[in-house]
Amino acid sequence: MPRLLKTEREVEGRVEESWILVEEDALDQWPAGPLVTVGRPAARVDGRERARGEARYTADVRLPGMLHAAVVRSPHAYAVATRVDLERALAAPGVRAAIGPGDAPGLAAEAGHFGAPVAALAADTEAQARAALELVDVEWDVREPLLDPDEAVARGELHGKPRRHERGDVDAALAEADVVVEAEYRTQTLLHNALETHQAVCEWEGDRLTVYVSTQYIWEVRDQVADELGIPRDKVLVICRFMGGGFGAKNDPGDYTLVAAVLARRAGRPVRCALTRREENIGAGNRNATIQRLTAGARADGTLVALRGEYVCALGWDGWLPSTAGPMQMLYACENVETVEYGARLNTPPMAAFRAPGFVEGVWGLELLLDEVAAKLELDPLEVRMRNHADADPKDARPFSAKNLMECYRRAEPHWERRDDVRSRSDGPWRRGVGLATQIWFGSAAPPSYATVRLESSGRATVGTAMQDIGTGTRTAMAQIAAEELGFPLERVEVLVGDSSRGGYAVVSGGSSTTSTMGPAVRSAAADARRQLIEIAAQRFGVEEGILAVQDGKIVAAHGGSWPVEEVTRLLEHAQIVGKGACGPNPTGMRVLTFGVHVAEVAVDVETGEVRVERVYAVHDVGRIVNPLGASSQVEGGIIQGIGHTLSEQRLLDPSSGTVLTQTLDAYKLPTIADTPPEIVCEFVDRPDAHLTNLGSKGLGEPPIIPIAPAIANAIRDATGADVRSLPVTREEMLRALREAREREPVHTSQPV
Amino acid sequence: MLELQVNGGFYRLEAPDERTLAEALRDDLGLTGTKIACGEGHCGACTVMLDGTPVLSCITLVHTVGPREITTIEGLRDHPLVDAFVEADAVQCGFCTPGQIVSAAALMRANPQPSREEIRHALAGNLCRCGTYPKIEKAIYRGASQGSPASLLPQS
Repeated sequence: MPRLLKTEREVEGRVEESWILVEEDALDQWPAGPLVTVGRPAARVDGRERARGEARYTADVRLPGMLHAAVVRSPHAYAVATRVDLERALAAPGVRAAIGPGDAPGLAAEAGHFGAPVAALAADTEAQARAALELVDVEWDVREPLLDPDEAVARGELHGKPRRHERGDVDAALAEADVVVEAEYRTQTLLHNALETHQAVCEWEGDRLTVYVSTQYIWEVRDQVADELGIPRDKVLVICRFMGGGFGAKNDPGDYTLVAAVLARRAGRPVRCALTRREENIGAGNRNATIQRLTAGARADGTLVALRGEYVCALGWDGWLPSTAGPMQMLYACENVETVEYGARLNTPPMAAFRAPGFVEGVWGLELLLDEVAAKLELDPLEVRMRNHADADPKDARPFSAKNLMECYRRAEPHWERRDDVRSRSDGPWRRGVGLATQIWFGSAAPPSYATVRLESSGRATVGTAMQDIGTGTRTAMAQIAAEELGFPLERVEVLVGDSSRGGYAVVSGGSSTTSTMGPAVRSAAADARRQLIEIAAQRFGVEEGILAVQDGKIVAAHGGSWPVEEVTRLLEHAQIVGKGACGPNPTGMRVLTFGVHVAEVAVDVETGEVRVERVYAVHDVGRIVNPLGASSQVEGGIIQGIGHTLSEQRLLDPSSGTVLTQTLDAYKLPTIADTPPEIVCEFVDRPDAHLTNLGSKGLGEPPIIPIAPAIANAIRDATGADVRSLPVTREEMLRALREAREREPVHTSQPV
Repeated sequence: MLELQVNGGFYRLEAPDERTLAEALRDDLGLTGTKIACGEGHCGACTVMLDGTPVLSCITLVHTVGPREITTIEGLRDHPLVDAFVEADAVQCGFCTPGQIVSAAALMRANPQPSREEIRHALAGNLCRCGTYPKIEKAIYRGASQGSPASLLPQS
């Protein structure tokens, strides 16, 4: 029976407590370790469609009569369009509709950043649409842009109020500390660059709207599009069968979807609005830059007595303040902590969630600071981390639902102990070293979410959900969970995703909440279907239900009888068994978090400043692992994306005009296969969280990108004695840090440079 | 009227001068397995083969192709690399995968037993934002060791 209860919900690091209606979750967890299907490596159930180029992405949707939209964007970082004249554009060849400020949500006369959308038009071909952009006459009242985050804070130009956390007495603790370290760390603005750009195709049939869109959150698109257009939510159908990546930037419909919907209504034809790669890199979201002024005080044995952090987050024209201070507040047991976070409102393109927003940046500063404390005290960095392990949430003493971070440290030890050997392989200008960093993130369930499991006379099972697979392997993990619970082989399970009419509400593919939320819903739906199947089988064979089970597609009786499932399902004819399931609540009064450790080995060319990552060891504590093969891909992908963040990626702005300079993929440097470390070793603690849902699985999408940059930077210090504190560690930054180290200490004690 | 030879078949189409090969394949011939991710020749998602050589179809004008045989992912659907990619989990979102497989097939056509360095060199122009690179490397090794050299060649 559904009941109303208070539970914590977390999306992209934002935690809130709210009343939600949840279904009873009566299932006991499976035993730990690999089962028949769950916990065993499975190739992706939709891998062949993707690899063979058969999968239909939004980019491949072509509807009869479809028009192509193009968007007029501000050439200024801050300006107001005082006049927008669409007449000449409307008269251009092929143009069927044009709209200006106020005509569609997202189109505004006030352009708060370079590339802000002002007007849009739709034409028969994409080339005609782009050509007609030149014919839209806009008069601009150009204003002075605000581009400096510190200046924005000084002027009070903020999104929301500064967010403060205070516990204990930091000043008193610092006064008594044996060592105090103060440093400023910086992270750069980063661009998601999913290979499928943001795009949507909208088609009206009467008062019903169908939206094909590249999205991480079908339900949010449905609700927001309906609300923005003022139509009932059930009139909007959202479809995203295959999706070419999101990384956090596709959690809502975006202006392109609303522009396509409005233009489609005006033109009476379907409209496609797809961002070009350049538009993608201007206005499709970013990981905001940060300036972090941090202080740590410690006793001689490495015990942290005080932590203080001021975080300036360059959010841009719009956005929300990610929890950048979260790691400082939660990762280590420290009684005296003071943090303040500012969300600077600037004339720059708005931020969007990007794979562990806030914690990627916060862990960068904190984990570098910790190594600087260890260096000053001449202590082993791993020992310092273990000494400051938090046994309960340091913010409010709440118990963790499960925490195996000490086990991660223990497993990391042999890799950490390679450092003497690694250093000794320094050769000519190449200096080698090892660094480590800890990861902390969320990953609990985010109820509600609903699933059905349908059994038909063929003896196959269909899992129905209204969620999406952004490329993380959701279809496969859900198929494994359903197969395990049903007692069916994996090939007998079909999973439907990517269509809002295929089920009830489904969670966002974000915040590392997909498997942890939809997994339990699918399992309970499968259990319901199995129970019904056994009820029918018991009647058919004239036995007690209690002696029947389903294994490998067969109904087996405790006394030894065995019948293929089809012997029962074929009796159904057109009748069907429909099992229903929902995600149950998170444990109350407990903190559900994920943890992990990365150990990086690097080589630094001290003459050219080139940095190569030669080996990464990663161990993560994320509860039960459903698909070890897919999980290892998530970890490797997070590490590689993180290496890009660390060494090469950076959105550049013209510092006076606010123009985005890095609009193309030759200017914005993504890592390639040649930048991949020759060796990545990936392990999981793989223990179900006994308090978390019927599955005990947490999310894994975000954790592996969190600790990689500080692990690399700490390895650089180990290799060269140089402190890199700003991302990315370009060759210029590396050479600057090497020069600074030489000036500070002409002869480095362990490794003369 | 333009004539194209694609995956062993012949096609006739009208195309304006500025039409790219990628647009012609996707929009005129309906071969949407070839993806356009940057449109400027920077990412490799649009890779196809011309007479067995990998080219970036998004910056190749369709009128410059001439009589050369075009091989797209649709012509490589039964290539052993497809299963090798799936088994190795070298596919995450999959948007770059067709281009990766075309580049890998072209490499193996020229060099049936590529070394790790040769794989990294040949595939360095194919970006994957999900970071499947270690699995791609593994898949190409696997494809190279399992398929006999003759079966690795695209039909021409």
